[in-house]
Order: sequence, then C-alpha cells, then structure tokens
Amino acid sequence: MFGKRGAKGKRKDSKKDDRGGRKSGLFRRKKVCRFCVEKIDYIDYKDARMLMPFIPERGKIQPRRLSGTCATHQRKLQTAIKRARQLALVPYVTD
Amino acid sequence: MSTLRQYELIYIVSPSATDETVAELHAQVEAIVGKFDGRIEKTENWGRRRLAYEVNHCKEGTYVLEILAGSGEMVTELERRLGVADDVLRYLVVRVDKELHVAERAATRRAGTRKRRRAARGLPPEPPAPRAPIEAAADVKDG
Repeated sequence: MFGKRGAKGKRKDSKKDDRGGRKSGLFRRKKVCRFCVEKIDYIDYKDARMLMPFIPERGKIQPRRLSGTCATHQRKLQTAIKRARQLALVPYVTD
Repeated sequence: MSTLRQYELIYIVSPSATDETVAELHAQVEAIVGKFDGRIEKTENWGRRRLAYEVNHCKEGTYVLEILAGSGEMVTELERRLGVADDVLRYLVVRVDKELHVAERAATRRAGTRKRRRAARGLPPEPPAPRAPIEAAADVKDG
C-alpha cells in the first residue's frame, strides 16, 4: 500500500508542483514571461501602451505571481512603471 | 570629463503655454547643452496628451522628449533651470546609456547563440522567412 503510493509519488508531486498539471483540482497552464517570449531586452518607460497590461484597474503593479513575468524582467518593468508614473503617463492610483 | 553620457530628458509643458513658449524652452535647453559641450541627438514633440492624473490642476500637457549626450554637470544645470521654469509641469532626466548597452549585449548574445545552434544543426546561420519552413514541410509530405 505504502509502497504503491510512494512509487506513484502522487503526494510528493502535488506538493512540489506549482506550475499546473495537478492531478487533482484545477488545471492551470504554465505562465510564461511575455518579455522573454517576445525577446524584449529593454522595457521602455515611454511606451505606456506596453506597460498598461501590467497595471490592473487600481493602478498597482501586477505581481509576478499573477503575470508570470520572470524576475529579471519584473525588475525592469518595475523601474519602467515608476518612471512612467512620474511623467503622468501611467497612474499612481485610480479609484 | 570627456566622457559623454547619454540621457533622456522629458518635460511636460503646461497646456496654457503657447507654441512659442515650447520653442523657447527648447532653445533654453539647447543653450545649456551647448554651454556644457553636450549635444542634442534627437528632439521629439509628442504634442498635447492627457495626463494620467492632475498635475498643478492641469489635465493635459505637451510632452517634449530630448535625447542628449553630455556630462553630469549639464544635467544638474538642466534640472535647476527646468525646476524654476513656470510653464514646466514635470520633467525627468534618465541616464540610458548603461541600460541600452546591456540590452544591446543581450541581443547580440542571443543572435550569436542562435547562429551557433543553427550551425550545429546544419542549417544556414539565419532562419529563413517564417513562411518558408511550412512550405518545405508541405513539399516533403507531397513527395
């Protein structure tokens, strides 16, 4: 009994696996970084249209866990959004 | 001293200002840049745009972008003058040479890797136009 479960590794997997394909519950697609896929090296703060998808209604910066952006690009995106905010291209808050 | 750094300067001119005021501000910037032996590489007037939030009770503003090369002292002087100017709602100076350099290196590195990998697979170094592989695959199927 125990051996069987161990061999399948069901429990272990479901704990470790956070990128979808879970055996039970929801099926979630793996998120990918948009900037990596599109091979964008420089995130331009002047281009408000490019930043908008990462700024939800409230005006906050969307976290990585929701957008799927990789660490490097999230860092660059963060500075870009903050610069754009100073120039009133992008809001600080909207209510 | 002799090192020229690349900066991007953006300033927002009040909507009540006339075109002449905008031109005058540009002339001022030009004068300061000239005084510090810098140069203006590009000037872009984005025209009147809606601001994302109110600045000094204004909802619109004229954006002007200037790409400059010059020294740090030049930037200090520019910031001082723009801070004093009444018609300027906002300004921002960003040093971009390092970031652009990093981006360029990333691009060349990627191009190099692609070339190497394609060579290893016995393909020509540059990928053909996106349509081509599909057509080639279709040809194989027909044959």
